[in-house]
Amino acid sequence: MKRQFPLIIIFSCGLFMVVQYFVPHEKSEFFYEFIALDWPPIIGVFALMLGVISLTRVSITRIRRKTEAWRYSIVTLIGLFVMSAFGVIGHHYPPLSTAFDWSFNNIMIPISATMFSLLAFFIASAAYRAFRARSVLASILLVAAIIVMMRFFPLGPLTSVVGKTSDWILNVPNLAAKRAILIGVGLGIVSTAMKVVLGIERSYLGKD
Amino acid sequence: MTEQNSRKNIFERMFAIDRRWVYGFLMLAVVLSVIAKPVIPIPISKEARSIYDYMNSLSDGDYIHLAMDYDPSTLAELHPMTRAVLKQCFEKKIKVIITALHQNGPGMAAEAIDTACQRHFELTGYRPESGKDWVFLGYKPYPILIILGMGQNYRIPFPNDYYNVPLDSLPMMKGIRNYQNIKAVINISGTSATDWWITYGNGRYQVPLAIGVTGVMATDYYPYLQTGQIFGILGGLQGAAEYETLVGTPGKAVEGMSVQVVAHSIIIIFIIVGNIGYFATRKKNRVGL
Repeated sequence: MKRQFPLIIIFSCGLFMVVQYFVPHEKSEFFYEFIALDWPPIIGVFALMLGVISLTRVSITRIRRKTEAWRYSIVTLIGLFVMSAFGVIGHHYPPLSTAFDWSFNNIMIPISATMFSLLAFFIASAAYRAFRARSVLASILLVAAIIVMMRFFPLGPLTSVVGKTSDWILNVPNLAAKRAILIGVGLGIVSTAMKVVLGIERSYLGKD
Repeated sequence: MTEQNSRKNIFERMFAIDRRWVYGFLMLAVVLSVIAKPVIPIPISKEARSIYDYMNSLSDGDYIHLAMDYDPSTLAELHPMTRAVLKQCFEKKIKVIITALHQNGPGMAAEAIDTACQRHFELTGYRPESGKDWVFLGYKPYPILIILGMGQNYRIPFPNDYYNVPLDSLPMMKGIRNYQNIKAVINISGTSATDWWITYGNGRYQVPLAIGVTGVMATDYYPYLQTGQIFGILGGLQGAAEYETLVGTPGKAVEGMSVQVVAHSIIIIFIIVGNIGYFATRKKNRVGL
């Protein structure tokens, strides 16, 4: 029963979601609201608690043992608890809501944008090293990359030629390859879902 | 002999330039182009024009859903798209239902809406109102379930809007039940939310869908464009610049395009230099053998 009960839950939920997808009736809407919209957030809250507890324990252990880069763990804990406090208390006490917004707009947004912007430098360095015409296939990749990068360049009479060639690369070879990958991924998802719903794939149950 | 050695050294250096030089040149190019602000013509792609034309074909009082599913990391590319789309909606008096299905998105979305309303006020003297011209539903976790839920009834996942006002009390939401009551979804995203909108929003509910995505994501969605599952793509900063140009307010994206073109030029130059070094050293190695 220890293994059968989870299998029954998975099978029932999987079957319900498949049937519900094809039946847009009011009753189906009610069950969808009850099962699909209410349950996952409840389960998610417990997962969130688990995450917060785990992150706190790991960070405190790192600080206590003074492991490498332990000071970052202090920042993590401050960020976690201060922002949570601003968010939760601010919901009931508006001045702290402003503090939450201020912190988000002036810390989170610039940090995230900066991290993503740094990618440009890594991409530039990686492109310089990777795009070498070592073989025929590598040469094709190199030429295609340069044409697609140049499609927005003001090149005078060559602009439309480069633009059309770039469109062709995107709409013919790129599209054919992407479609093949997507069909493969789609079939993989369907088969994996079937295996889970029918209880063939049981690795998520653990070893006990 | 000395000349030969000198040439050999140059090609070897071209073959293995230290990454700090690449970073340095790129930074210099970006800084100079930000200061100089060269004007780059923005050619309009048919993928961007199809979105603009579709939106322009809508009548006063029609509804669209603007799904802002991105976080601050992709703000530079995607925020200008949002602002341009909102500008067009307010000018055309299209009513906008807005969601932000990324946990870091609602604050940014609220700011973008506020900025767009303020700009519209400065231009026309009228400030679009919440609940009358637009409604911001905010964020709820589990985007797939939310997209499916809104397909049945907006009130299932969002009984209240972002400002905690019941949806039924908003004049704009009277008679608006689900995707059947709106003309299109414009999904601006830096995440896999775009896949979910295609699979569930368009796939199940057949709602016309257009997308605005980051530059690196854009090529992934061309198959959906060809099949008609989406009717337009705004790809990265270029897509944003195209839309800004189409709506007649060149902004951050158009400014950024000159920087991007210069940065791409630097990358291409480095690639060419690296390949010259590669072929020259390979030839030398063969002769040496």
